[in-house]
Amino acid sequence: MAAKDDLGKRGEALAAAFLVDAGYDILDRNWRCRQGEIDVVALDGDETVFVEVKTRSSIAFGHPLEAITMQKLARVRRLAGAWCGEHPGIRRRIRIDAIAIIAPPGGPVQFEHVRSVF
Amino acid sequence: MPLGRTSAVALLGLTGAIVEVEADISSNLPGFVLIGLPDAALGEARDRVRAAATNTGCEFPTRKVTVNLSPAALPKHGSGFDLAIALAILAADRLVNAGSVASVVHLGELGLDGRLRPINGILPCILAASRAGATTVMVPTGNADEAALVPGVRVVGVASLLEAAIWHGGEYTPVPVEPILRAAPEESADDDLDLSDIIGNEDAIAAIQVAAAGGHHMFLLGPPGAGKTMLAARLPGILPDLDADAALEVSCVRSLSGLPVGASLVTRPPLEAPHHTATAASIVGGGSGVIRPGAAARANHGVLFLDEAPEFQRAVLDALRQPLESGFISIHRANSVAHFPGRFQLVLAANPCPCGQYGARDSECVCGPSARRRYLARLSGPLLDRIDIQLRVARITSATMRMADENQRVDTATVRRRVVAARAATAERLSATPWALNSQVPGPWLRGPHARLGPSTTASIDRALERGGLTMRGYDRVLRLAWTLADLDGAQRPTADHLGRALYLRKAISS
Repeated sequence: MAAKDDLGKRGEALAAAFLVDAGYDILDRNWRCRQGEIDVVALDGDETVFVEVKTRSSIAFGHPLEAITMQKLARVRRLAGAWCGEHPGIRRRIRIDAIAIIAPPGGPVQFEHVRSVF
Repeated sequence: MPLGRTSAVALLGLTGAIVEVEADISSNLPGFVLIGLPDAALGEARDRVRAAATNTGCEFPTRKVTVNLSPAALPKHGSGFDLAIALAILAADRLVNAGSVASVVHLGELGLDGRLRPINGILPCILAASRAGATTVMVPTGNADEAALVPGVRVVGVASLLEAAIWHGGEYTPVPVEPILRAAPEESADDDLDLSDIIGNEDAIAAIQVAAAGGHHMFLLGPPGAGKTMLAARLPGILPDLDADAALEVSCVRSLSGLPVGASLVTRPPLEAPHHTATAASIVGGGSGVIRPGAAARANHGVLFLDEAPEFQRAVLDALRQPLESGFISIHRANSVAHFPGRFQLVLAANPCPCGQYGARDSECVCGPSARRRYLARLSGPLLDRIDIQLRVARITSATMRMADENQRVDTATVRRRVVAARAATAERLSATPWALNSQVPGPWLRGPHARLGPSTTASIDRALERGGLTMRGYDRVLRLAWTLADLDGAQRPTADHLGRALYLRKAISS
């Protein structure tokens, strides 16, 4: 497995832990369907939150938030619809969040959580 | 609240309006939106400002930045807003003192390395800011000396965005950079042009003195090589220095045209001599988007010389009728009207016919009569109507050349003193009226109770009027010239002799 995928996996695990610390309940991780994958699905009070996680080891090639494009968010929105279709019992408001993680090798990890980005 | 604001100036012609630049940082994915009717060059400010901020070490927030230029309905052009946009964003992020940024007007274009580039039209911008009540303006170092010409405004010249941010209390380490400067103004070559270079042609020399003293427009008709261009080029030299308001206006137009202004206002009247292939837009000004001043606006308070006048397109010449009439130029576009000053002295020069030899003593004209008539008919009647002095210039002969060596020739400095004295006399005489020069006085006033001359004085032109040799309009123009001649001679009122000489100055083509 490539190093970047390892970093991504580690970032998603870190993001889930971060959300649990913030009082969210994790409903799903790496939920897949034919259209793609949602990194984290969580429950925040009465909202279902779909989270796109982007991890980078440094900001030498730009901030991770800058790498979350409109197209990516539009895909997350479509996937959110698909997830709701698969879980007909859950009827709640939905929200799309982005979490940027800067995880330098051996250094402290920085989180940035931006709510309702789309 | 993550909001930063500052001001800049949008120019329309020579009139400037204060534009408020607001920056908002919203908690959203990184992005940069610029709104408020920017044109293409201003829309590119997004990329310039971001690159400049990154390369200079003032990082922008990784959030969505919205910059609004208000009033949004006012069209804004060019790159002069870069500095204001960058500082409004830094103020919104509280990286610099927001109060300090809000109280200063910022002008300047950013380079990708974060250095500030000088912009055109800084002088009218600062004037507008000063009139709107601004006390401090921040400009690129390359514009600082020009900006300092406006009294009552504190000018801060900065070389880079970093320097500007530090000035506003940003905690950054200063990095000295080499400021981008403009080319220094060239020394004008006009000083070499002296009236004493002209041999013979005493009539013409007397005529340009009259033109200078009274502000009269002039038409020189003569064969090639008669010295028409030489005469016209020496007219600005004998005009008096510009007064404070005129100097500011001339400097503003220069600044707007992108010509260097330097550390002092332009005090000598300008000379503009466009080529006869010039278009109407290049003479009166125009252009899509940014409306630029043309040659007529650059010649404001100076001389607009059109050599080979009949070769100009008719539309170009007739476009000059509005500034000749009103003293300013309006350029209308779908979304705006720009005004430029256009109080120039017009000098037209023409050959008498296409081959140029008609009327010359030493050579034969080869043009047919109809070709000759058509040639001068290209100058429209309404245009010629506004020209007081119409003079024939003859080629000099070898005899006059030899004689001229012995005669004392007049030089520019002497003539300028005479012109200044004559203008002072005119201004004193007309002090109770709205006019300052004889060329501005309307005919009815000249014939009215304030300036009426006795029948014995005006006998010669009265007779010409009766015979139909002079129209009523021509009659007024002779009166105007006679007053200028009297002012030049230091006389209280024109005499019959002055009227005779005035009549002679109109004899180039029949009136």
